[in-house]
Amino acid sequence: MPAARKNRDQPWLMRTYSGHSSARASNALYRTNLAKGQTGLSVAFDLPTQTGYDADSPLARGEVGKVGVPISSIEDMDQLFDQIPLDQMNTSMTINATAAWLLSLYIGLAQRRGIDPTRLSGTTQNDIIKEYLSRGTYIYPPGPSMRLIADTINYTVRHVPKWNPTNICSYHLQEAGATPVQELAYALCTAMAVLDRVKASGEIASEAFPQVVERISFFVNAGIRFVEECCKLRAFGEMWDELTLSRYQVADPKLRRFRYGVQVNSLGLTEPQPENNVQRIVLEMMSVVLSKRARARAIQLPAWNEAMGLPRPWDQQWALRMQQVMAFETDLLEYDDILDGSPVIAAKVSELIEGAKREIENVEAQGGIIAAIESGYIKRELVGSHMNRLRAIESGDLKIIGVNCFQETAESPLTVGSDGAIMKTDPAAEREQIERLQAHRKNRNDAEVRAALQGLSDAARSGENIMPSSIRCALAGVSTGEWGDSLRAVFGEFRPPTGIDIAIDSREVLGKKDRVTDLRTRVASTGNALGRPLKLLVGKPGLDGHSNGAEQVAVKARDVGFEVVYDGIRLTPQQIAQAAQEEGVHMVGLSILSGSHMELVESVLQELRLRDLSNVPVIAGGIIPREDADKLVALGVRAVYTPKDFNLNAIMEDMVNVIRECNGLERFALPQ
Amino acid sequence: MSPVNPVNLPDPEQLAVRIMRGERAAVASGLNLLDNKLAEARNRSASLLASLTGERWLNDGHLIGVTGPPGAGKSSLVSAMIREWRLSGRTVGVLAVDPSSRPELGGGALLGDRIRIKNSSHDEGLFIRSLANRNQLGGVATEVWPMSWLLLACFDIVVIETVGVGQTEIDIAEIGDTVCYVAQPASGDTIQYLKSGIIEIPDIFAVNKSDLGAPARKTASEIGRSASRQDRRENWDYPVCLVSATMNTGIKPFHDHFDRHRKFLANAGLLDKLRIRHQSAWVMRLLKEEFGTFGLELAGGQTVIGERLRENRFNQFEEYERMRKHILSRFLSVNQPSSLTTKEHLDEQIIV
Ligand code: B12
Ligand SMILES: Nc1nc2c(ncn2[C@@H]2O[C@H](COP(=O)(O)OP(=O)(O)OP(=O)(O)O)[C@@H](O)[C@H]2O)c(=O)[nH]1
Ligand SMILES: [Mg+2]
Repeated sequence: MPAARKNRDQPWLMRTYSGHSSARASNALYRTNLAKGQTGLSVAFDLPTQTGYDADSPLARGEVGKVGVPISSIEDMDQLFDQIPLDQMNTSMTINATAAWLLSLYIGLAQRRGIDPTRLSGTTQNDIIKEYLSRGTYIYPPGPSMRLIADTINYTVRHVPKWNPTNICSYHLQEAGATPVQELAYALCTAMAVLDRVKASGEIASEAFPQVVERISFFVNAGIRFVEECCKLRAFGEMWDELTLSRYQVADPKLRRFRYGVQVNSLGLTEPQPENNVQRIVLEMMSVVLSKRARARAIQLPAWNEAMGLPRPWDQQWALRMQQVMAFETDLLEYDDILDGSPVIAAKVSELIEGAKREIENVEAQGGIIAAIESGYIKRELVGSHMNRLRAIESGDLKIIGVNCFQETAESPLTVGSDGAIMKTDPAAEREQIERLQAHRKNRNDAEVRAALQGLSDAARSGENIMPSSIRCALAGVSTGEWGDSLRAVFGEFRPPTGIDIAIDSREVLGKKDRVTDLRTRVASTGNALGRPLKLLVGKPGLDGHSNGAEQVAVKARDVGFEVVYDGIRLTPQQIAQAAQEEGVHMVGLSILSGSHMELVESVLQELRLRDLSNVPVIAGGIIPREDADKLVALGVRAVYTPKDFNLNAIMEDMVNVIRECNGLERFALPQ
Repeated sequence: MSPVNPVNLPDPEQLAVRIMRGERAAVASGLNLLDNKLAEARNRSASLLASLTGERWLNDGHLIGVTGPPGAGKSSLVSAMIREWRLSGRTVGVLAVDPSSRPELGGGALLGDRIRIKNSSHDEGLFIRSLANRNQLGGVATEVWPMSWLLLACFDIVVIETVGVGQTEIDIAEIGDTVCYVAQPASGDTIQYLKSGIIEIPDIFAVNKSDLGAPARKTASEIGRSASRQDRRENWDYPVCLVSATMNTGIKPFHDHFDRHRKFLANAGLLDKLRIRHQSAWVMRLLKEEFGTFGLELAGGQTVIGERLRENRFNQFEEYERMRKHILSRFLSVNQPSSLTTKEHLDEQIIV
């Protein structure tokens, strides 16, 4: 066997996205991951930290330490990076609305450890635009959000030059259903909006602007159609090169490079036959490493049990090993770009570029991405694309192995363990974090805290860069909730359009009898029997931002004849119960993917009882392990749906029957 | 007469008492009852409405209709006004109407106003019910009128938001004490509306999105020119307000016009007259919706009904209940068993 070529290319940065329970537990995890050959850190924060609430806020109940690490103050940051040298580490933080704050904590910690911030390197995701469209951890209205992004860019370019202040994300758009063309178009529109905003702030001299452009990096998705995805990444590169030259006059081609990190597609990873996800993940990774000219700078991969729950360290290790095999065992890194010169690839790339340019023009004509978010246009486009995808899965046109075809399977030895083959976070984490925070509040200098917060509000009002006053807050021991609330008081809060008001798709049903028309008859006749049309409340309790399921259930329910109330994400159980009462609904459907279903469903049921609504049936869907589903049913939930229930028509049929049963009507027989 | 009744229907008299005490659960179940088309529910709805009758409906509260083209910002403006009303300690009930898809496409609806109207904090003094227009013309559903009446029994202010209006959709004129038209800057809809001859309906005009600048000012001046028309009420100035719901500008003066208009109506002795007139129109419409033209004939025809309503004008709901019973009994003797009950069962049977 020939020895590996000497001048192999450097591999990409290898990360695993992780964090859970507490700063201490996550620190231990990071240190073992680094020992396994991981070359950078990727921090997952819990939802209260991402949405600017303290661990002891009522809105944080059930969510502390669940899907990431809780960081309430600089002390937690210190513990998270215990024995990790900040000046030698490349740290990526998936943080958005509170990015300026978490970056301030990181810089503050470096200062406290005597490290010059110019030596820090890493990334804050800090793309708040896509939060409104997909990821859901927004806080403030678009205007102030854009300003926070611009402030961090303006600050880091001068004071933390190796930092990537923002990672424009198309990843999350694909996870919300976007097509490759939509991903290209909306990510580039976002990048333009950000750069235009920085330019308009006037804080950067125009000679230095190319450096700002160079600092913009991207976070991209790669799905299972890996040839097309590979072309998409080449298209990104070409479009960015052209755009930075024509729109921002960046002369140096090196500064125009499309730098991106990747997490591969997780939306397509399945609950049934979860071992198949391994193939999917590896194929998806191919598309971002294959072409040298469009190769990712950093990669993090999901785990085989993605659709079941949080990955355990072993699951993440497996995902890391996929990268290592690709980088160190295969000959991939020995070659120049192996796709250059392929006419097939070139044609596909141009096709994607053309489509993306048309959509960019369309958005620009509507006044740019912010206007198109406020009007609901882009969200509607995404909900529509996702609806098309689900319909194709339902009809079998889009084959998902083990889900809508080849379902028969031997029992998997991977899923038999007593832990349900997922990671269980520490149930004591929330209480301990609250105690830690409350102790911290007692230990700090109140006068300093007050002065620092005053400085923050003043800066927010005056428009001066938010970073210096935030770093001062960090050093004074201000908490995450205090930072978030101070800015809430100045900026206000925002709820973006839900996008579910898309046109009803009538083509396939007009004049034809199928399952949908059959369902329409069932819904209508049940409504007639009960005296009024069936009314459904789709509710998203807690801080969970996973809206896909709720949106698609709402759209489908409308299409089969329900009157549907859906008020978007991040509502309290109290708000949901109140809406159920005011709206007089026949059913409440909850969607929870953040792992807090036990706490949240229980309190919704409790709030409903308080309002004399215990006779309104409640159903739930999301990432809900089997044993929890049984517990929920025991609590009174009528039905629980998980990703394996991909057929929305079947879910609707069930829902109608539940409503019938709860109102003393006979169930409908199975459809012919 | 009704078959096994699968739905638990509340006792109307008890419900009325609880509604007048402002119990939210009772308000909700009262609204459900008024929405219910089962024969027995219709009976109870009529008694509920009759029990809610009192002096209040002629003189108290404020019934406000908000109309305007789709996306003009009706919900956002209602939300801004609710803030003002709540600050001044007044309670608010809202009926928000959204369009339904066509019956052959299932007739479903996405009720999206609520998210725009409600801010995130919990508020016991605010009650929002969304409704689908169920393909009825007119921008408001038949259910809206009795429901707004119910809300008037327990909230200081009742706001009805219609679906975006076109030219024929003018029912709101028969509901509100005060009707507000929300215009979309530089939109063809508004120009159409101005030309269509139904300009006399609104009492207050809002040109929203004033943050857009020139287009908003232009639209405001166009409306301003047509607002002061000959055929309009004397002594009322038909204000045209430039507002921005999102920037929260111009809201206070805009909001004050509503109180001023209500005072104007009361002082001029117009409020009770207006409400009586609206009431009659709706009783007629409701009877027609339930029983058809044939039913109206059974009750003596439109003229006779109109007369009876005028005679008992302080208690039109009682009169409505009486007429319903009368028509029902005639129906039963004409057509045994009741056509309504049969219809429900037919529907059920189609697919079982
Ligand atoms: C897409 C996705 C995202 C997208 C969400 C986009 C959006 N707007 O929805 C993005 C990329 C933004 C995202 C972000 C995050 N995600 Co995510 N995400 C997923 C993923 C891959 C798919 C979920 C999905 O949308 N599926 C498609 C929809 C249609 O399916 P569904 O929601 O399951 O709904 C079906 C059924 O469950 C059911 N159903 C669901 N709800 C309801 C409601 C009713 C009434 C009914 C009848 C039925 C029903 O019917 C649907 C039809 O089949 C899952 C893993 C997976 N493969 O399932 C992880 C997953 C849910 N995410 C996870 C995490 C941790 C996150 C983050 C919190 C990470 C972090 N620390 O920041 C973030 C933050 C999100 C936030 N703000 O809360 C975890 C949750 C872990 C847990 N529960 O313990 C998962 C399980 C991945 C994992 N294994 O770690 N995510
Ligand atoms: N620029 C600007 N936009 C506004 C203003 N008020 C509302 N909008 C936006 O206009 C859109 C529609 O607002 P809504 O309040 O839902 O309008 P509506 O008239 O109730 O809409 P429908 O009920 O769907 O007919 C939203 O995207 C709002 O954000 C405003 O004052 N200025
Ligand atoms: Mg509205």
